[in-house]
Amino acid sequence: MNAIISISRRSFIIGVASTAGGLSLGFNVPFIKPALAEGSETAPEINAWVVIRPDDTVVIRIARSEMGQGTLTGLAQLVAEELNCDWSKVTTEYPSPAQNLARDRVWGNFSTGGSRGIRESHEYVRIGGAVAREMLIAAAAAEWGVPASECTARMGMVTHAASDRATFYGQLAAAAARMTPPANVTLKDPKDWTIAGKPLPRLDTADKLNGSQVYGTDLKLPNMLNAAIRACPYFGGKVESFDAAAVAGMPGVRTVVQVDETAVAVVADTWWRAKTALDALPIVWDEGPNRQVTSASIAAMLEEGLGANDAFIGARQGDAGTALSAAGRTVTATYAYPYQNHATMEPMNATALYTPERCEVWVPTQNGEASLAAAAEAAGLPVQQCEVHKIHLGGGFGRRGNFQDYVRQAVSIAKQVPGTPVKLMWSREEDMLHGAYHPTTRCRLTGALDADGNLTALHMRISGQSILAAVRPEGMQNGMDPVVFQGLVLSGTEGTLGYTVDNLLVDHAMRNPPIPPGFWRGVNLNQNALYVECFMDELAHAAGVDPLAFRRKLMAKHPKHLAVLEAVAERIGWDNPPAAGVHRGLAQIMGFGSYVAAAAEVSVTDGQLRIHRIVAATDPGHVVNPAQVERQVEGSFVYGLSACIYGECTVNGGRMEQENFDSYEVLRMAEMPDVETIILPSGGFWGGVGEPTIAVAAPAVLNAIFAATGKRIRTLPLKNHDLA
Amino acid sequence: MARLIINGTPRDIEVDPDTPLLWVIREQIGLTGTKYGCGVAACGACTIHIDGVATRSCALPVSAVEPDQQITTIEGLSPDSSHPVQQAWLALDVPQCGYCQAGMIMAAAGLLMQNPNPADEDINAEITNICRCGTYNRVRAAIKLAAKAGEATQRG
Ligand code: FES
Ligand code: FES
Repeated sequence: MNAIISISRRSFIIGVASTAGGLSLGFNVPFIKPALAEGSETAPEINAWVVIRPDDTVVIRIARSEMGQGTLTGLAQLVAEELNCDWSKVTTEYPSPAQNLARDRVWGNFSTGGSRGIRESHEYVRIGGAVAREMLIAAAAAEWGVPASECTARMGMVTHAASDRATFYGQLAAAAARMTPPANVTLKDPKDWTIAGKPLPRLDTADKLNGSQVYGTDLKLPNMLNAAIRACPYFGGKVESFDAAAVAGMPGVRTVVQVDETAVAVVADTWWRAKTALDALPIVWDEGPNRQVTSASIAAMLEEGLGANDAFIGARQGDAGTALSAAGRTVTATYAYPYQNHATMEPMNATALYTPERCEVWVPTQNGEASLAAAAEAAGLPVQQCEVHKIHLGGGFGRRGNFQDYVRQAVSIAKQVPGTPVKLMWSREEDMLHGAYHPTTRCRLTGALDADGNLTALHMRISGQSILAAVRPEGMQNGMDPVVFQGLVLSGTEGTLGYTVDNLLVDHAMRNPPIPPGFWRGVNLNQNALYVECFMDELAHAAGVDPLAFRRKLMAKHPKHLAVLEAVAERIGWDNPPAAGVHRGLAQIMGFGSYVAAAAEVSVTDGQLRIHRIVAATDPGHVVNPAQVERQVEGSFVYGLSACIYGECTVNGGRMEQENFDSYEVLRMAEMPDVETIILPSGGFWGGVGEPTIAVAAPAVLNAIFAATGKRIRTLPLKNHDLA
Repeated sequence: MARLIINGTPRDIEVDPDTPLLWVIREQIGLTGTKYGCGVAACGACTIHIDGVATRSCALPVSAVEPDQQITTIEGLSPDSSHPVQQAWLALDVPQCGYCQAGMIMAAAGLLMQNPNPADEDINAEITNICRCGTYNRVRAAIKLAAKAGEATQRG
């Protein structure tokens, strides 16, 4: 099912060229504050990124989706920095995906995932701001009849010092919009930034304090109906039959519809009534081919891969096989990482209005263009007759990007009640049973130590599931999924291994159980960091060397990896003994273009784990908003420690067993450690911050648990282990 | 028919008595600041006040509410986001995605009404709401800031 999206997405982008410029699209977005929609219609657009109203309000267009990570504020800071506007007058709006198509994708990629929001678009959004600034200056210069080179722009005002004239952007906007954009602009050196790089408060906080922020689940449209849905809980199964008549007379019920082959929905006046009727609806499932699949059968499948002969090679140096068989001393360990659910607090939802001529969708999405493609495909309408209105997300974490299942379902339901908007919302149970799960993998690591305790060879055999094979097969390279090796490769800018090992082999035996995998915040870096960083600790222990000293010897050629590791070690006081009963662990990794490390202090008393303190360091190259980076780093420990301690979706009878937060526990306030964040931007590159730190949470804590108890935990989650 | 007093205003509503209060508030009264996260009283997204006591509304049938009980939702916590908890949240820029935050704020306001100066253990015991974005440490700091502002008991 997921593959269909990618295919339609491809043809969709190819279709763009032929439709470019040919569309006229309105800003019919009832839920956005009138002021914003109005601004778009009446105030002059200087360029695609900047609209300036007569009252000097600057509307900055943001293509990426805000899901809590602060990208809205960060991207606006970058544009505003170059625009030289007054930050207190800045507001933001989303351009629509259909508009992006109609305007030749002027806003670039809408996809918001892989911690790419800022690192991939910083340059063109800054150029957008700089170009608009130059056009404002040109407009003022033309009006005054002076050379543009004599004018300066600052704080939303253009000044000509020689003639002592100045005017606000709001006055210039209409004329500026008619100016020819300059062909070249010079971007500021980040060291001269005054808006970007500063810990400014978020632009989107106020509405989140009083209930006025509208999420997808809150959307209200005239005459709207509500739908509750149940898809076949067995992976690969479908609907055999259902008895609509049994619930037709229940209060509020309008209709019961089948949704594709796999699901049934009840449409009612309220969601609660729809859900109540759905619970009473007799449904017979065709349980499909996977009824025998269990967590144990999946584990066996992966276990076989650990010893298989064939594997895709992700990193190779020297000859690990020969070195290991010749080695005097080897250490071997096998680790495992379970399925996880994204469990965004806002369940999946989408609202659709279908007529035979047009389909509109309102949806919290990490990728508006993928939503548009899914809507067009489900509606069976040309993409030009479809529109997607993006709404702030109540959490994304990768669930709302590639996967547009809820959009397809909403459109499929709306098609069966044409002319009436229908809001589809999943129950938490539906959300837990139909995830795009963090894939499961296992890893066997074998390392060779020489007589001096140096690591001379390392083989990491990963066995398990490929995300790309299921959801983005066009990203595969001759059958290999390169993303499996996140953080473990020897070259590139995304995430290299921070250790030099003379004889190294990292390979992957692909084993794909019939469970849909997805990009889950941190993706494959999560388990890769666990494997390599816990095993480094095992090797250090076997060599009788301090874990920091052991790593340091292997990191001489990786100064940026080492710098963040040294930073956390120093701050936590690695060289001094911790308080009585407290023990420490370390981890580092590179991912999403950034270098990250963590040090943890824990105690284990009568088997009870307490995480006292975390120190985290991150080097993302450049920092656009340090306050937001801190929040992302802190939040990463909630996500990463939830996975470490509780996170596990188990399969039984071909379906997931966990259905709600009572069986899928997550970290809560009482367990949350103090987190100190060190931001070390070394410049020269742009890395992401939303994801990489998650990966060091578990290994830092597990290494500390080993220090505390002598127990080496090699399978997550911790709740399955007795630490006493 | 049920009579509810929501944010100070009496409302008469036609409703099946089994309907959880959450859905009456969201779908019949139309106040959508109170969120659905689990429906089984496990996450706290639906937290409101009933006579000043923080309560999860998703598993509470509307018939369990007495006609004279005062129901307060996030929209009614203050007319202008001036409640000390909202002010502390603003000062520390607490929300990320924000979806859990109405429940967090209502839980925090409820806690401060019972205990104007909560210790860490009190916060741990009372604030069991789930936040997947990971705002816990800032929530804790904001509760302490609001407690320091010291007005919670009078304003609550
Ligand atoms: S929705 Fe009520 S506790 Fe989760
Ligand atoms: S702020 Fe997103 S779930 Fe709490």
